[in-house]
Amino acid sequence: MSDTKTPTHTPVEQTKFGKRAGGPVKWLDERVGAAGVARGLIRKVFPDHWSFMLGEIALYSFIVLLLSGTFLTFWFQPSMQEITYTGSYTPLYGLEMSQAYASTLDISFDIRGGLLMRQIHHWSAMLFIAAMYVHMLRVFFTGAFRKPRELNWVIGVLLMVLGLIEGFAGYSLPDDLLSGTGLRFVDGLIRSIPIVGSYLEYFVFGGEFPGNEIIPRLYMVHILLVPALLLGLIAAHMLLLVYHKHTQWPGPGRTEKNVVGYPVLPVYAAKAGGFFFVVFGFTALMGAVLQINPIWAYGPYNPSEVTAGSQPDWYMGFVEGAVRLMPNWEFTTLGWTFSLNVFIPAVLLLGAFFTAIGAYPFIERWVTKDDREHHLLQRPRNAPVRTALGVAAMTFYGVLWIGGGNDIIATQFRLDIYAITWFCRVMVFVGPVIAFIITKRICLGLQRADKEQVLHGYESGVIERSPDGGYSERHTPLSEVGQYELTTHERVEVAAPPPAADDRGVRVSGARKARRHAFVSKFYYGDVVDKPSRDDVDEARHHAGHDGHELEADEEFRGVGETGVPRSH
Amino acid sequence: MSSELPVQRPRNDIEPAEPLDNPGLPEHLPRPTDVDPAMERRAERQISAFFGLATLLTLVFCVAYFVVPKDATFLGWSALNFSLGASLGLALLAIGIGAIQWAKKLMDDHEVIEMRHPVASSEEDRAATLGMLNDGIKESGFGRRPMIRNSLLGALGVLGLPAVVLLGDLGPLPGRTQFSTVWTKGMRVVTDVSGLPIKAADLEVGELVNAEPAILFETDEEGERVLEGTEALQAKSKAAVIVVRIRPEDITAPAGRENWGVDGILCYSKICTHVGCPISLYEQQTHHVLCPCHQSTFDLSDGGSVIFGPGKRPLPQLPLSVDEEGYLIATSDFTEPVGPSFPEIEQES
Repeated sequence: MSDTKTPTHTPVEQTKFGKRAGGPVKWLDERVGAAGVARGLIRKVFPDHWSFMLGEIALYSFIVLLLSGTFLTFWFQPSMQEITYTGSYTPLYGLEMSQAYASTLDISFDIRGGLLMRQIHHWSAMLFIAAMYVHMLRVFFTGAFRKPRELNWVIGVLLMVLGLIEGFAGYSLPDDLLSGTGLRFVDGLIRSIPIVGSYLEYFVFGGEFPGNEIIPRLYMVHILLVPALLLGLIAAHMLLLVYHKHTQWPGPGRTEKNVVGYPVLPVYAAKAGGFFFVVFGFTALMGAVLQINPIWAYGPYNPSEVTAGSQPDWYMGFVEGAVRLMPNWEFTTLGWTFSLNVFIPAVLLLGAFFTAIGAYPFIERWVTKDDREHHLLQRPRNAPVRTALGVAAMTFYGVLWIGGGNDIIATQFRLDIYAITWFCRVMVFVGPVIAFIITKRICLGLQRADKEQVLHGYESGVIERSPDGGYSERHTPLSEVGQYELTTHERVEVAAPPPAADDRGVRVSGARKARRHAFVSKFYYGDVVDKPSRDDVDEARHHAGHDGHELEADEEFRGVGETGVPRSH
Repeated sequence: MSSELPVQRPRNDIEPAEPLDNPGLPEHLPRPTDVDPAMERRAERQISAFFGLATLLTLVFCVAYFVVPKDATFLGWSALNFSLGASLGLALLAIGIGAIQWAKKLMDDHEVIEMRHPVASSEEDRAATLGMLNDGIKESGFGRRPMIRNSLLGALGVLGLPAVVLLGDLGPLPGRTQFSTVWTKGMRVVTDVSGLPIKAADLEVGELVNAEPAILFETDEEGERVLEGTEALQAKSKAAVIVVRIRPEDITAPAGRENWGVDGILCYSKICTHVGCPISLYEQQTHHVLCPCHQSTFDLSDGGSVIFGPGKRPLPQLPLSVDEEGYLIATSDFTEPVGPSFPEIEQES
């Protein structure tokens, strides 16, 4: 759809397509009036970049989850009624187990394609959550959450949390030894809630653990409640995406005011539609060749048994790690016992972590006081403190995750499990600080390198020797487009601290607040490397005529050795 | 939402940029398939080949469903699972790859520019909306009649109560159930799998036995289990124990528990006091047991005290004795609650 077509083409009504589709379109439009909306959507433009498809992976694996999950519900029995197994998996024949476990065995061994659907379902659940995380990181590190997209960020965080709950509920349904151990952990977690813990435990489990209610209840949560919330929030997420129009990377012709890319019909319909099949096909192949959650190997749940190396699914690993690393703080006051050793890492931390993530856009807005709309993405290096904070959070998460696998690490690498635990206990605090400092330095270094390239071009790899023996590397100037691409980011301004008192020595009202703001503003922007000015670039261009700068032959320089290394070094 | 058709703007009609001018969209370069009809036909053939392959593989899937036996294996995999998954997966991939190739090689690849509009509505719309809200509120008298307003808000607020009250039957109240287990005075300690009683003399030093209260294996006159199904699981989740024999000189029994063992045979709750995993990783030399879930470590020779990890309370100990036949029995229930802590755990009845 471009101006390459001459405006004198025949009206669409008179074309072959128009004659055929005109009738049905008219019929439908006269009843739902959707042509007005569809007009804005059919040729809507989406920009192209590989990182924009991460969210798509999450969306498509959610669809795969709905499809495979529906299949599983046809046979799964969400009941804790104890029965004797008489199915075709002989090692468990005649054993007592819950109907939930027995029907999962049936799906795995007696329903053709059942095992495949179970494995597809489990793999796409893993992929769903992994894709959401990576998508979230992409949005975070490129600043795509800035105004006007803060609410969509919050919706995304809610989707993330719901995804974790959904995954955990589903993982608990088969009632095998591993999932039962997970529920036992949830039981301990609920008990740890101050004052009301015991009551909540009895309400959730319908009595004493394990009771016979928890699986039917989790089933309802897993197939109805959370999926409905997820669907609603995904719809809102997508609607806002369409309304805001997708962000794009800055570049030649791409500005805050436009979107450059391909139209939904046909290119994105084909690409995105095709990508759905790729994601589905990929999970189907995983279901075919990668075994996951072999519940028949764990056996039915028995509250007096556990296997060594019990691990939750990967996305619960950071909570598991926090619980393992926590010191054993528990105290009793006024007759009430507070199990902080469980409550802090399993309940508070999870809540605090996602609240902090959800609040980030508003925190940054408070620092930057930036009230403009942003549709151009930022390279992570151009927001060094944000990037460093993000990597610090990732480090925090990563250390907890390692802590969650301390037993596996200990056995695989023959290390002392207590030493690993202590290492993680320290690193969970120290690691993020180190990560912050290193990341910020790297960002600033990259910013300097960008500036250098804009002004002096890139290193061509060609070494020249001058008549007096000096060596220099020829620098090749960047193309105009290359220079433009490295200078599209905005200049930042650090808020100046206000004077504490005016000329007459009267204290300025609000000065304290402004000083605090100036402080965080400096923290955020103080070290940012400013991009070159127009004059800098012009001057550098003028200089570029005289080739790259030469390595000065200083007084100590005594020629070059046999190996070609200058002797003064 | 935009109702404007995307328009191709003149190339350099863009915002002034700093420090360098925006060079504008680069010129569109034709792909090989745009200029070479042979390449175009080749791409066409490739893409339809992918779609054809997908059809074929889908048929393979259907045949495999009926032909491959459920118990056959292939390279260690279930042959049925493998053939179904591989054919379906590859068929889906072929459709996906074909569609994406179609978009990339043959569909028009001129980039289109669409202009953005401010997200916010116009000032006029906003003012009108505010005005209408104001009119509506005024006409309702919501602000003018505080009695009606407040009584309505009160009524709606109270409606939250039934929603909570209705959940009352989700479960029974805990009462004192968390404080006791099925252990009683004189109940035999039996092995957890076979239910056989344990003879004190048969236990070796360094041995650990996973055990249960005998009631879990008892049957009534009609041969029915006394505890069955959920009830049995609930009993088990509190009453499971471990029995160890430690050289008596290695044991430091806490005050008052000196005679809770039988010749160095001690019995502890198997349920971790942290979040309730069953503990059983036993180290003979140090008499430590490690919980495999979160690595709380307890010293069985020292009253089950915690020596590492997130668990706080020592493992509760079950006082032991032997009956006239020499089998291990409990002399009472646990004297403290077993399993993970709960808010009322320190409250005396």
